[in-house]
Amino acid sequence: MVPLSYYVILSAIVFVIGLAGVLIRRNIVIILLSIELMLNAANINFVAFSHYAETIVGQVFVFFVMTVAAAEVTVGLAIVIALYRRRATLNVEELTLLKW
Amino acid sequence: MITALAWSIPALPLAGALVNGLGGLFGFTWLRRVSHFVAVGASGLAFAGALMLFLRLSAGAPPITLTLYQWIFGAGLHVHVGLLIDQLTAIMLMVITGVGSLIHLYSVGYMHDDPGYPRFFTYLNLFMFSMLVLVMADNYLLFFVGWEGVGLCSYLLIAFWYEKTSAAQAGTKAFVVNRIGDAGFLLGVFFIFTSFGSLDYATVLPRAGELTTAAATAITLLLLVGAVGKSAQLPLYTWLPDAMEGPTPVSALIHAATMVTAGVYMVVRNHALYAMAPFSMETVAVIGGVTAIFAASIGLVQYDIKRVLAYSTVSQLGYMFMAAGLGAYAAAIFHLMTHAFFKALLFLAAGSVIHALGGEQDIRKMGGLWSKIPVTAWTFLIGTIAIAGIPPLAGFWSKDEILNAALSGGHPILWLLGLTAACMTAFYMFRLFFLTFKGPSRLTHEAEHHLHESPLVMTGPLMALAVLSVIGGALAGYPSEAGWIHHFLAPVVGAHAEEEAAGGSALFGVAASIIVALLGLTIAWVMYLLRPGLAEAGLARFTQAHRLLLNKYWVDELYDLLVVNPTKALGRVWDWFDATVIDGAVNGVGRGTGRCAALSTWIETHIIYGSLNLTGYANHIMARLLRLVQSGLVHHYAAIFLVGLFLLANLLWWLNHADPGGDGLVVWNQAASFINSLRRGGGS
Amino acid sequence: MIPQASMITSADLTAVLPELIISVGACLLLLVDLVLPKPARDWLAYLSLVILAAAGAATLQLATAQAEAFGGLFILDPYSSYFKLLLYLATGLTILLSIRYIQIERIHLGEYYAFLLFSTSGLMMMVSSGDLITIFLGLELASVSLYILAGLNRHELRPIEASAKYFVLGSLSAAIFLYGMSLLFGATGTTHLSTAAAALAHGQGDPVLVMAMIFLLVGFGFKVAVVPFHMWTPDVYEGAPTSVTAYMSVAVKAATFAVFLRVFLEVFGSIKPQWTGWLIGLSVATMVLGNLAAIVQQNIKRMLAYSSIAHAGYAMIGLIVGGELGTMSLMLYMAIYVLMNLGAFGVVILMRRAGVMGEQISDLSGLAKEHPAAALAMLIFMFSLAGIPPTAGFVAKFYLFMAAVDAGLVWLAVAGVLLSAVSAYYYLRVVMVMYMKEPAGPIELAWSPSAVAALVIVVAATVIIGLYPAPLVGYTQDAILHLSNLR
Repeated sequence: MVPLSYYVILSAIVFVIGLAGVLIRRNIVIILLSIELMLNAANINFVAFSHYAETIVGQVFVFFVMTVAAAEVTVGLAIVIALYRRRATLNVEELTLLKW
Repeated sequence: MITALAWSIPALPLAGALVNGLGGLFGFTWLRRVSHFVAVGASGLAFAGALMLFLRLSAGAPPITLTLYQWIFGAGLHVHVGLLIDQLTAIMLMVITGVGSLIHLYSVGYMHDDPGYPRFFTYLNLFMFSMLVLVMADNYLLFFVGWEGVGLCSYLLIAFWYEKTSAAQAGTKAFVVNRIGDAGFLLGVFFIFTSFGSLDYATVLPRAGELTTAAATAITLLLLVGAVGKSAQLPLYTWLPDAMEGPTPVSALIHAATMVTAGVYMVVRNHALYAMAPFSMETVAVIGGVTAIFAASIGLVQYDIKRVLAYSTVSQLGYMFMAAGLGAYAAAIFHLMTHAFFKALLFLAAGSVIHALGGEQDIRKMGGLWSKIPVTAWTFLIGTIAIAGIPPLAGFWSKDEILNAALSGGHPILWLLGLTAACMTAFYMFRLFFLTFKGPSRLTHEAEHHLHESPLVMTGPLMALAVLSVIGGALAGYPSEAGWIHHFLAPVVGAHAEEEAAGGSALFGVAASIIVALLGLTIAWVMYLLRPGLAEAGLARFTQAHRLLLNKYWVDELYDLLVVNPTKALGRVWDWFDATVIDGAVNGVGRGTGRCAALSTWIETHIIYGSLNLTGYANHIMARLLRLVQSGLVHHYAAIFLVGLFLLANLLWWLNHADPGGDGLVVWNQAASFINSLRRGGGS
Repeated sequence: MIPQASMITSADLTAVLPELIISVGACLLLLVDLVLPKPARDWLAYLSLVILAAAGAATLQLATAQAEAFGGLFILDPYSSYFKLLLYLATGLTILLSIRYIQIERIHLGEYYAFLLFSTSGLMMMVSSGDLITIFLGLELASVSLYILAGLNRHELRPIEASAKYFVLGSLSAAIFLYGMSLLFGATGTTHLSTAAAALAHGQGDPVLVMAMIFLLVGFGFKVAVVPFHMWTPDVYEGAPTSVTAYMSVAVKAATFAVFLRVFLEVFGSIKPQWTGWLIGLSVATMVLGNLAAIVQQNIKRMLAYSSIAHAGYAMIGLIVGGELGTMSLMLYMAIYVLMNLGAFGVVILMRRAGVMGEQISDLSGLAKEHPAAALAMLIFMFSLAGIPPTAGFVAKFYLFMAAVDAGLVWLAVAGVLLSAVSAYYYLRVVMVMYMKEPAGPIELAWSPSAVAALVIVVAATVIIGLYPAPLVGYTQDAILHLSNLR
């Protein structure tokens, strides 16, 4: 059986990758993807803990998270499209109209 | 009956303010014709009410306590909206409503042509209300409400002629400086709450003896910070001279007779607490003594008629603080009262001069007004003699008691400070008088044309206050140290320090204070009337000292340099930092330079494609990140990276140090041991 | 724990009746919007007010009820009911202030009201949650609705940019928050708050727990705008439509504080000494930086953004103190903050009219001369925000600082008192500009009967609570009687 720690380490790595992606990528779509990565890192944790703690709750939580993430991405992409229409760019660097 | 009477005293000015204020809000045009009736009527009726309570108390009736409703409660604290009217409050009530009503009346003439006439009376009544709440409150919190309220009204009234930028700035300055003091006061209130579990005077003050010296010192010093701000003592006095930008009746009412004395009232009210803290008492006395001479010295050379009076007020308040610090509470309140008479008189008379000259305040452009505006001149002279401490006018009695308290209380240095300040007072007041009313006329042609005596509605209050300045001192304070006011206040402040004054030293003290007063008068007479060239010659000789005084020791500039500018700069720095950090957070690493862009691309490809081997790359990436941190732009948002890294490092550290025998968190111990084995296996 | 094969009972449905009313009502709004002719869209606002009133009536019926529903996922207690009433108030006032404003902003869409109500229902879910799952769901429902609301004005650049920023940073914080939840789940084996609290009751300083706590703290800190997680606030507040900003600044903050307190005092209550230090640091940093940065702002929405950051710092004192007095003070503070901040934003909303942003502080010049009533209202809000008696803001701050002193956190109270003295400076600047500057030209305010009603309510409440806070204080005291596990 795969030890729990493997999952936990994997989840930590995925989380950090997502975080780094958010911090260093400039394309807002990739930032969205990175955030998805972070959410999925949490999902890995939930499923793994759920399995080892022998309770179903964590896996139920994952379903909720997946649904919410889908909704969030939908809204996010809508915002991205609206943004692109107005600015013709997806580069967050150029979002400097509001005084930084 | 008595309940209704007591509540009506603060309620009447409030009602007046509401009528005038709401009328103004709805833009009623008839308001201009009636607003003074409302305002003067409200304060006059309040005076009548105060007089009835005062007579009751002086006939020997017990203090009145009244409770309206519970205001703030919880955690064992119960604060009510309630009144306490004892002898101390009664005297304050008489001063506030009496002098206040006269000043209201005077304002009818003074502000007659002002477009903001109803607004002025709204603020003035609101001020009366706040001041009455302040002195009638039966607990610290309600007191604080009045305390903040008077500060607020003072702000509104200083900035009344906000068309002048200086007026608006002076208002803001007064408010902010006061807020600093108020913060200290509020902290003192919190300490009182922790020490006694109550904020009622009736509970706290009798139990003051339970305090340790340290606690009492902390509380009283914090309260003192508030008093120093409100009463314009060193080091928070700078707002008061600037406050002269307000209309003159305001200067008379708020910045001479009532609000600025709130600090003195507060110290006297809390004398039981101060008695427990000898150090605080010393501090009060020293602040008072030093302020007295400091402000008086600045007053020596000022040319603005109202500014001279303002510095004089600061200086006189210093006397009151000195008295309170020496334990001569009755003397402090006595001086508060006489000062209210003669300083209100002086300000109103100065206002009458300004009015007569069409707005001129510079005494270098006055002179020779004695016969032109006789009532103003005579009353101003009476005020001058009273404040200079020449018997038998009011100022002599109260100031002499204070100086005597210093001398007989074993504080010769304070006594000398007070005596010197008294000499200066006599000098600058007679200088003011001679330059304004005597000598050749230096009026501009325009002012000459405008010159006229004020109407009766203005001279009436002047004459009333002049009478009070003449007889008020002797009536209340004779015989010295055992006068009526001492007996009246004895139930509140105790009768101590009354009999201490030995006859010999008292006589010596009296003689000294009369001599210095006459000395000051004589110098002023010689310099400004007898040999007018002497003043210029003196200036030429002591240019440096003169400039120091004229620039008020550069204290304002110092405060700007030390406090105001750094605070603003800090705000700006943070604003900038904020902007740049958030910039970085979203924008990412590669902003601007191609090098950074390339570097981030490099990292990103290696992260994405090498993610499975990430652990192996850890050191590599760390190094890269560190290089990034040093590469210029990135340092702006490095904070975020570092926080993240720090957290993760913490995770590792914690896992390594987790207690394996912990309580059932098997899952995590497993993880910890795994990471440990990984580390060991990796062979760092 | 989610009970196996449990049925949804009618008791469960009764407990969530207010949430049901709001969310079904929001769906109804979307439907009605389809059939309603464009000029009649104001009716949507009135309909949403009716929905809020219905939910309010339901909550009042349940105000003293104490129950768990859906196997502990949902907690109905007076504490949550209190915050729900607060949310109805905030939403209702926002709607009243919006009716004219969203026409001027050209976002007069049916979705506006629907999303406001969806967001409210999400926040209600949060304050009533007894489980991490419901916290997350409520948070996301509220946040996603707000991302949309912030960018509803697609025609303008600033709102869409604000929306994008809010979205990116908001989902980032949500992800961090969720990761913290997963760690908490790992440490305790449950997502149920009180079970987790019981599991932790005898544990001490488990490292995972510390990590979980940090991550949750970041998530909460982001939502209530605590330094250093506040950076989105000024930009989003400035860019979003003012009515949405007003709503965000009060409703989200109040609801998040409610659940912040529940999680930290109930779940992490047993290890309180470990986190008080951090929270004190965050609170002081927030007060310092919020107040100082507000001093130099020229845009009133940015100034109010920094001011709301500073207020988050004050409110955290209640959380740090905990216990009966701390909780009560926080609840009181939130109620009063909702009122006064909404009022301040309400006046800013009035300033917006076609073609004029009216967002610079200098735009308020001479308001007192042109519109004395509006200026007086703003003056009261500014004094209240500055904590000057006898306004409600003073009572609110007094309770918080008193709680700190009572708990022996004297220095925290000192910092709070001093910094609120500093804050007088920038609030007063608004007053000075209104009362002591000549108007640059005629000022036209976007008056509307509904906005007047909202401002009258808020002014009256700010003054009356300041003079006579007893009913509100009494209510908060009653509301926390059943709050278990207060430390």
